[in-house]
Amino acid sequence: MSSLIIKNGCLFDPLNGIDGEVKDIFIRDGRVVTDLSGTQRRGAQVIDAAKKTVMPGGVDSHSHVAGAKVNAGRLMRPEDHIRTVRARTAITHGGSGYTIPSVYKQGYDYAGMGYTTVFEAAMPPLEARHTHEEMGATPVLDMGAYMVLGNNWFVMRYLKDGDIDRTAAYIAWMMRTHKAYGIKCVNPAGVENWGWAKNVNSLDEPNIHFDITPREVIRGLAEANELLGLPMSLHLHTNNLGHPGNWEITRESLKITAGLAPSSRAQVPWAETRLDSRRQQTVYLAHAQFCSFGGTSWRDFQSGAQGVIDYVNSAEHVVIDNGAVPFGPATAMTGDGPAIHDLYMLSGQKWSNTDVELECGSGVIPFVYAKSSPISSIQWAMGLELLLRIKDPWKTIMTTDHPNGGVFTEYPQVMTWLMSRKARDQTASECHKWAYDRSSLGEVDREMDLFEMAVLTRANPARTIGISFRKGHLGAGADGDVTIYDIDPSTLDPAHHQNLASALARPYCTIKDGAVIARRGEVLAVPEGRRFYCQPFSDQEEEKEMLSDLKEWFKYYTVGFANYPVPDKYLKRPAPIAVNRPLEALARRR
Amino acid sequence: MMFRNLVCPVCGASCDDIQVEMTAEGIVAKNACKMGNAKFQELASPHRIRQPLICQGGEMLPSGWEEALDRAADILASSSRPLIFIGSETSCEAMEVGLHLGEYLGGVVDSNSTVCHGPTAMGIQEAGRVGATAGQSKNRADLTVYWGSNPLESMPRHMSRYAVYPRGYWTRRGRFDRTVITVDPRRSLTAENSDLHIQLNPNTDFELLSALLALLHGQQPHPSAEEVTGVAIRQMEEMLELMKGCNYGVIYAGLGMASSYGKHRNAEMAFHLVQELNNHTKFVIGALRGHCNVAGFNQVASYLYGYPFGLDFSRGYPRYNPGEFTAVDLLRERDVDAALVVCADLVSHFPADCASYLGEIPMICIDIASCPTTMLSDVVLPGVIDAMECDGTFYRLDDVPIYFQPFTASPFPFTASNQHTLQQLMERVRGRKEAGS
Repeated sequence: MSSLIIKNGCLFDPLNGIDGEVKDIFIRDGRVVTDLSGTQRRGAQVIDAAKKTVMPGGVDSHSHVAGAKVNAGRLMRPEDHIRTVRARTAITHGGSGYTIPSVYKQGYDYAGMGYTTVFEAAMPPLEARHTHEEMGATPVLDMGAYMVLGNNWFVMRYLKDGDIDRTAAYIAWMMRTHKAYGIKCVNPAGVENWGWAKNVNSLDEPNIHFDITPREVIRGLAEANELLGLPMSLHLHTNNLGHPGNWEITRESLKITAGLAPSSRAQVPWAETRLDSRRQQTVYLAHAQFCSFGGTSWRDFQSGAQGVIDYVNSAEHVVIDNGAVPFGPATAMTGDGPAIHDLYMLSGQKWSNTDVELECGSGVIPFVYAKSSPISSIQWAMGLELLLRIKDPWKTIMTTDHPNGGVFTEYPQVMTWLMSRKARDQTASECHKWAYDRSSLGEVDREMDLFEMAVLTRANPARTIGISFRKGHLGAGADGDVTIYDIDPSTLDPAHHQNLASALARPYCTIKDGAVIARRGEVLAVPEGRRFYCQPFSDQEEEKEMLSDLKEWFKYYTVGFANYPVPDKYLKRPAPIAVNRPLEALARRR
Repeated sequence: MMFRNLVCPVCGASCDDIQVEMTAEGIVAKNACKMGNAKFQELASPHRIRQPLICQGGEMLPSGWEEALDRAADILASSSRPLIFIGSETSCEAMEVGLHLGEYLGGVVDSNSTVCHGPTAMGIQEAGRVGATAGQSKNRADLTVYWGSNPLESMPRHMSRYAVYPRGYWTRRGRFDRTVITVDPRRSLTAENSDLHIQLNPNTDFELLSALLALLHGQQPHPSAEEVTGVAIRQMEEMLELMKGCNYGVIYAGLGMASSYGKHRNAEMAFHLVQELNNHTKFVIGALRGHCNVAGFNQVASYLYGYPFGLDFSRGYPRYNPGEFTAVDLLRERDVDAALVVCADLVSHFPADCASYLGEIPMICIDIASCPTTMLSDVVLPGVIDAMECDGTFYRLDDVPIYFQPFTASPFPFTASNQHTLQQLMERVRGRKEAGS
């Protein structure tokens, strides 16, 4: 079997507390090992990483890369595809698309940028087959998807009855049926109202007919999440997204899960780490930038990040991803149908929407963040402000909420802004002056180092979603996913930020499962990616009762119960995770 | 033995509640409409192509599988710009292989939507589309508008499964809780069963939609609108009041909209009207995708390569330009030098010039029954019936993917499905190309 040695690299492995030490890494049969035998060493491939930066492979915990709404975006935007193309090679397929690339291009672009693991953040259950088909067609990447549940009729009904056990039984069954990895909650209670072209505007406003409030949904889903012991916590997209002044509802929403104990009970072998690699949070806030708007209208719009930052700094149960805005074209796409309608009213752009029966909704609209726009400029500042002013990097994750704030290929640029005050100042001088005038970014001197970047793009995304048992670090037993950057930490000068951005964009090489798959952006191998999903156990009696109710209500669907699940054959390389040992579940129930 | 929960492979409704019983007397299909039932009978039809055929001296002669596959691979490998046309009566899995083949050969890949709801897809590219899955209208809609569509004859169970008759959550009385409007120049069966029939002049959909949008914006349409469309402004106002006043409205657009003068501009205008109606009430629009998995090709091609139909690979990366890289235009301009036609009878349905050019170039056809296209082909590979003889995925009219399972197996020892046939063809083409290079 194959062995790989990465010699003399400067390693940044936060979950093992390694900050730039020169250290060799050994990979055997796709996994990190502490050492190799003499025979193994002789047959091993050796990569000399002297004066280079070595990190675990990138982990994106929040991206929109597969499924019905992503594809609705592709279908409606030929103008996004015509200018950005990729020709096929002997081993790769061709593709097209900038903000919403076709799946092949998407996989190659991520791999070329040093990322090996990407999670799709919104999978509607009824259309889960679509999400799995696209993930199945995506090359290289290990993937999983979060299932959208915040406006699900069954969840709302059971929570209205205060029945957390039944909610958990339903969720467990749904996750096994649709091969989902985690729970996503989008505009809780509000998207159901969008079925009548309405929304909810506060945490305690009950929605139409189901008569349940966003607060009840958030609390209920978070409790069910911990009852089931899922590897990740609830991934929350708050109400009033994109509305000036929404930072308050965001802070109040984060408070809802305070006091819940994080309880991750994945039945998996854990790779060795020096730090605790289990998640500490009970709520994972999605795209905090879009949830931290200040002011009361677009006229007096300003960053409202301060309130969110203060709360996160004081709380121990929250992790955020920022949803940075790197300027340029984007495609807004979310399960929050009414939020996209608001954007349509603002911009008049072509607008697509798909509401999904009994479950959720979605909307897609093209968008451009222009440096000349005061609002876009403030949003740019806010995305960085959130990461730089939340003190503990273990509470933050860097994303662009691809392709909402910007495209994932802009990650190197976002990292550069985080690492270089000079880069920020230069962009601030090029964009609308409100960027610094109406945010606190101009006052921030912090420049993140490579260790912190490894936290924000590897260790913490992996820990937050509970995939850290094998990803996000290079402890013994972890997947042999490594990124080697052409960056010499001893001579790194963040003032030379152009060099930094290009070094981050085209790593010296990307290694997945112990094999080099990309070098300086060029794809060299296209292995099949894994599909992570959870198989939570729930109390069988509870599940039986739940199922009889579910079958009774299935008459409101247009797909039969027998044809609802995602068949096994859609997953070419499944990696199921058993969660919640039967005994533990029973004990908790008593 | 009774097989349940089967998916019907005929129209875009993808009914998934079909029951089939194989008896001594024949096949009994329950829950299927007359179209579906006829298709299930095809399984034992005398028209079925049961062996590969090769054209020799103007005559279609039976051949062995290997020989037919070799001949087909020769044709594709030696062509400089083949057209690969994938019809709708096959799975997404087969479509994926067809797209890969087209990419590998630097050819053009197109599908039925090019002559079907292609203009609707182009309308989406202009305006976006506000839609919903079918269950939303089943549970919520109190107003259904059939625009340029006649589901009672073209998608017989649409009204009963999704739109008009079902008793949904907020529509417990089924038909009695709903108003139905049909916009059609003809007095169709659907129009006869509607509460309001707007009988516009043929080819005036764009004008009628524009007038409705003007009224919605509080403006008076130009008086000539009445004469052009043949619809009184008073009647337009009545229709618009119904649309604004409902709790949840849905338009199902048919080919009457996509294929009338104006083409994609009609769809674009309809999408704008629906978007603006959402300032008053909930309103959505969907296309009544007629053929089986026609929506599937749009989805698969979009996620694999970025465009919904008419994909040209001659430069090594996908390009899209309807009117240039679409099947009818390529054939009319004699711009391709070979054709692979999968599950579609192009010779019957394309313009005469295109059909006759297909007779001039080498053509391979995969189909289940003989038709004019198989008669003009150089090689015919027998088709496998999806959803009866093999499993796979269809996308329903509302883009919901439906996984189907077979109740019997492929009757051929040499192939398990059209996907399998295309994979074998791909391997053989690859072998030739690599040997040649």
